[in-house]
Amino acid sequence: MAKLHVSTTINGEPVEFLCSPQQSMLEVLRNTLGLTGTKEGCGTGDCGACSITLDGRLVCSCLMLAAEAEGREIGTIEGMAQGDRLHPLQRKFLELAALQCGICTPGVLVAAKALLDRNPDPTETEVRYWLAGNLCRCTGYDKIVRAVLETAAEMREEAAR
Amino acid sequence: MADIQYLAPRTLDEAVGAYAAAAGAARILAGGTDLLVQMRSGAVRPGVIIDIKKIAELTRIEETPDGGFRIGAAVTGAALAEHPRFGKVWPGVLEAVNLIGSKQVQGRASPGGNLCNASPAADSVPALVAAGATVTVQGPNGRREMPVEAVPAGPGRTSLAPGEIVVRFTLPPRPAGSGDAYLRMIPRTEMDIAVVGCGVNLTLRDGAVTAARVSLGAVAPTVLLVEDAAKALIGSRLEEAALEAAAAACRAACRPINDKRGTIAYRTRVAGVLLKRAAAIAAERAGRA
Repeated sequence: MAKLHVSTTINGEPVEFLCSPQQSMLEVLRNTLGLTGTKEGCGTGDCGACSITLDGRLVCSCLMLAAEAEGREIGTIEGMAQGDRLHPLQRKFLELAALQCGICTPGVLVAAKALLDRNPDPTETEVRYWLAGNLCRCTGYDKIVRAVLETAAEMREEAAR
Repeated sequence: MADIQYLAPRTLDEAVGAYAAAAGAARILAGGTDLLVQMRSGAVRPGVIIDIKKIAELTRIEETPDGGFRIGAAVTGAALAEHPRFGKVWPGVLEAVNLIGSKQVQGRASPGGNLCNASPAADSVPALVAAGATVTVQGPNGRREMPVEAVPAGPGRTSLAPGEIVVRFTLPPRPAGSGDAYLRMIPRTEMDIAVVGCGVNLTLRDGAVTAARVSLGAVAPTVLLVEDAAKALIGSRLEEAALEAAAAACRAACRPINDKRGTIAYRTRVAGVLLKRAAAIAAERAGRA
């Protein structure tokens, strides 16, 4: 089967890969590129474990063909920390233990960052609706929502300083 | 596995050519939120995937000089929500589009895909029907325009001819004193499929309804335009008697199925309830004091 050659940008770095036409972005991220931080949950766009950003927009990588990445910018969980410096959301999730088994965590973090990038001061309701597409099988939603709200407050203070 | 081809044409002519040439073996890829799920489950096995998102006209949102809107078929729900004007003019259409799936799904899913997937429970379709929107389709024999309600032919089926692609939606200019609303009944608050959906679009002058369109979703094999409900509202001041007559027309139009989401009796009853609630919101938005 003819492979497609795709040139894209992932977490700010130019990346090239070969894929078959029906391969999902998720499959290529994990199996071809070794970026296994993005998780596969349902594979049907219901659980959000595979959340990434495509040109800054939050999407499910299981519902995107890898071929569609041509010329676009992909953001994954691996691009969230700056070297050893965790993103404030990542630090807060650790501090408040806003995770149990952890499989939903990368997707939740990517989705929460996409929210705070757009809305630095979300209400609890806004956080809950925004994260409605990220299922946590341990049902630890309260800690997740609290961590996002506290991070947002900290980042606002930091920005005001 | 059979060979599969991915095409991302930059012009509509190329897309139509490839789609017609594939003679039924091709599927159109807009947001992919239905197509990729169907491919994964084996429900569809396309020989060719035609990605239409590189065609400028299909991803454009345009406000026309007369105050109408042209929405490319592959515009995402998220892009529509970020448009500075669209949600102010058509809040009901926008809320219907934005009810489809999660934020992640909103980043990809399009009203064109929602229409062509032809689910009787599609959320954006009743709102677009109530809005009086038309679709422009292009095929091997050129372009034609038709009302949105003429597209769905049954669950998973459309009236589009072979090789035809939905290009864009056109929403008409708004007279002063207009408002629209879409409500759906689901047993939870988010991330579910409509048990019943209802779109209402009203124009009021001095408190009286001068124009109305009413639509229902998930109560028949296709989304319904309920003209008798609109007739019951036109000329009224939305008094209880007029609302009840319109609700009765909605109930009479229902031809639902019994399934795990709702019974025939429940869906029929809820259709009338949603009509009244959606009409109240539409009237509020139209500026009724």
